[in-house]
Amino acid sequence: MTILIIAEHDNTNLKDMTLNTVTAALAIGGDIDLLIAGENCQSAASEAARISGINRVLVADNACYKGQLSENVSALIMSIAANYSHIMAPSTANGKNILPRVAAKLDVSVLSDIIAVESPDTFKRSIYAGNIIATLQSSDAIKVITVRGTAFSPADKNGSATMASLEQVHDEALSMFIRDDTVVNERAELTSAKIVISGGRGMQNGENFSMLEQIADKVGAAVGATRAAVDAGFVPNDMQVGQTGKIVAPDLYVAVAISGAVQHLAGMKESKVIVAINKDPDAPIFQWADYGLIADLFDALPELEQAL
Amino acid sequence: MKVLVMVKRVTDPNVTIRPNTDSSDVDLNNVKMAMNPFCEIATEEAVRLKEAGIASEIIVMTIGEKQSQEQLRTALAMGADRGILIETDATLEPLNIAKLAAKVVEQEQIDLVLLGKQSSDKDNNQTGQMLAAIKDWGQATFASKLDIKDDKVTVTREVDTGLQVIGLNLPAVITCDLRLNTPRFASLPNIMKAKRKPLEIKPAADFAIDLTSRIKMLHAESPQVREAGEMVGSVKELIEKLKTVEGVL
Ligand SMILES: Cc1cc2nc3c(=O)[nH]c(=O)nc-3n(C[C@H](O)[C@H](O)[C@H](O)COP(=O)(O)OP(=O)(O)OC[C@H]3O[C@@H](n4cnc5c(N)ncnc54)[C@H](O)[C@@H]3O)c2cc1C
Ligand SMILES: Nc1ncnc2c1ncn2[C@@H]1O[C@H](COP(=O)(O)O)[C@@H](O)[C@H]1O
Repeated sequence: MTILIIAEHDNTNLKDMTLNTVTAALAIGGDIDLLIAGENCQSAASEAARISGINRVLVADNACYKGQLSENVSALIMSIAANYSHIMAPSTANGKNILPRVAAKLDVSVLSDIIAVESPDTFKRSIYAGNIIATLQSSDAIKVITVRGTAFSPADKNGSATMASLEQVHDEALSMFIRDDTVVNERAELTSAKIVISGGRGMQNGENFSMLEQIADKVGAAVGATRAAVDAGFVPNDMQVGQTGKIVAPDLYVAVAISGAVQHLAGMKESKVIVAINKDPDAPIFQWADYGLIADLFDALPELEQAL
Repeated sequence: MKVLVMVKRVTDPNVTIRPNTDSSDVDLNNVKMAMNPFCEIATEEAVRLKEAGIASEIIVMTIGEKQSQEQLRTALAMGADRGILIETDATLEPLNIAKLAAKVVEQEQIDLVLLGKQSSDKDNNQTGQMLAAIKDWGQATFASKLDIKDDKVTVTREVDTGLQVIGLNLPAVITCDLRLNTPRFASLPNIMKAKRKPLEIKPAADFAIDLTSRIKMLHAESPQVREAGEMVGSVKELIEKLKTVEGVL
């Protein structure tokens, strides 16, 4: 078996979810190559070469891969796909945007967001908003897979893979990168933070989220939100935790003014310790919490900040 | 410009789905069904494009069992012009849905296909990307804003780091995310009118495409339940537990 992993990176740094994907690939077994496609991505590539357990880092450095345009990155992957038994990526926005396009070109199906590797052709994934864990077997010659980062531990970084560059440029000219409106965030990455503090609709507005941010900064946490809080415009979309947002599983998840809808739970219920702060004693979130505090957030949050 | 909207019949997002008795699959007997919420957003966007004079005709299509006509009627009541049901009792994988869709796109000479970003039952998040691949068209997934001028579309996409803006040439495939719009409720007169809009039914077998599944479900189970937690009386007590019992602070 030979596995190709599409790395998640921002050209400068490798994103942590790449490391979890490597662990999933190691569970399948075989040689692993890692592809870094981007513009001026040498620094991310050097970082990738240190991941333990991988053979080669393939680097495609060209302006046409800026913004990870699916058409171009897919064409690049297609140029080497025949060498591999498995093509994998973290189930990030990029992974989900690119791999199904590759799969259709290969005439194979995709296993999305796997949470366990049972054997080289059998995997587990969560469906129906986390209410069902399905074991699925693929009969495709090349298995195309996206990986849920929180379900696998990160691979170490003390290896030394060889580097090879892919010189041929695959510019399909079907789409055009215009710009990234990146939310500048000094805090820990939501999907890899040890502590996540999330706010829901009960936060009332964006300004009140600063109460969560102050606490987060004291304990090195990331700040998340529910769909309701994002839809209401309190905070940007990249903070949404849940079935259709980001999946997190920190050591500690603090849910503030969040009711506990199944779609939100799907994104955080694998957290080690869950704390719920809600003024409604009947809020469903309390059924999932290891520790529940019935309180008004405007009393509890200042007190929490003071005490930390 | 001719727009094709793809809608999927799914289990109602408010229903808890459980495994069947021998854990070989999920139990969908007598479960309430609904239109995938992301498909409502796709339908709404198409209707707005028509209201803005950009779309000339909206065809809404679904692939599934006979009862999926209900979801087509809902889309017609929201403002789509006509419906196509590709009928099959099999649960098809996104690859096969995309192959059937590609045929309809060719037959109907579609300029823009709008889909949901993911189906709320299986969370595949694949069909639009696969259709774009089969057609060799440009794709924009997770759209939160569209701007169409002549044969060019500017799309704002929801990505992990915030938003990304890309440009596409038509024809193209776009998958819709939550913040693109808020779908309308169909009015009673429009629901009545929708009953008379054309709805064509074609058996999937007529398309002469190999629709064999590549992925087999071996087992379905409920996730492990979390152990019951405890209520704390104060912030002080909470911090104490997190520090000493859990060691996470
Ligand atoms: C297809 C689909 C996908 C979805 N995807 C997601 C997703 O990815 N992520 C997600 O989060 N949701 C998602 N949802 C939405 C989900 O169903 C819920 O609507 C949402 O999670 C509710 O958010 P909330 O808990 O913030 O709001 P609410 O349900 O309105 O809860 C607010 C809570 O705040 C409490 N509160 C109010 N004021 C205070 C106060 N002063 N102090 C303390 N507590 C207070 C209230 O008691 C209440 O429990 C999805 C829905 C659908 C249909
Ligand atoms: N059976 C189907 N019939 C029509 N459209 C579908 C079907 N399955 C998926 N789609 C479309 O593809 C989108 C993404 O679904 P999926 O790839 O299954 O997550 C849905 O929101 C629909 O727009």
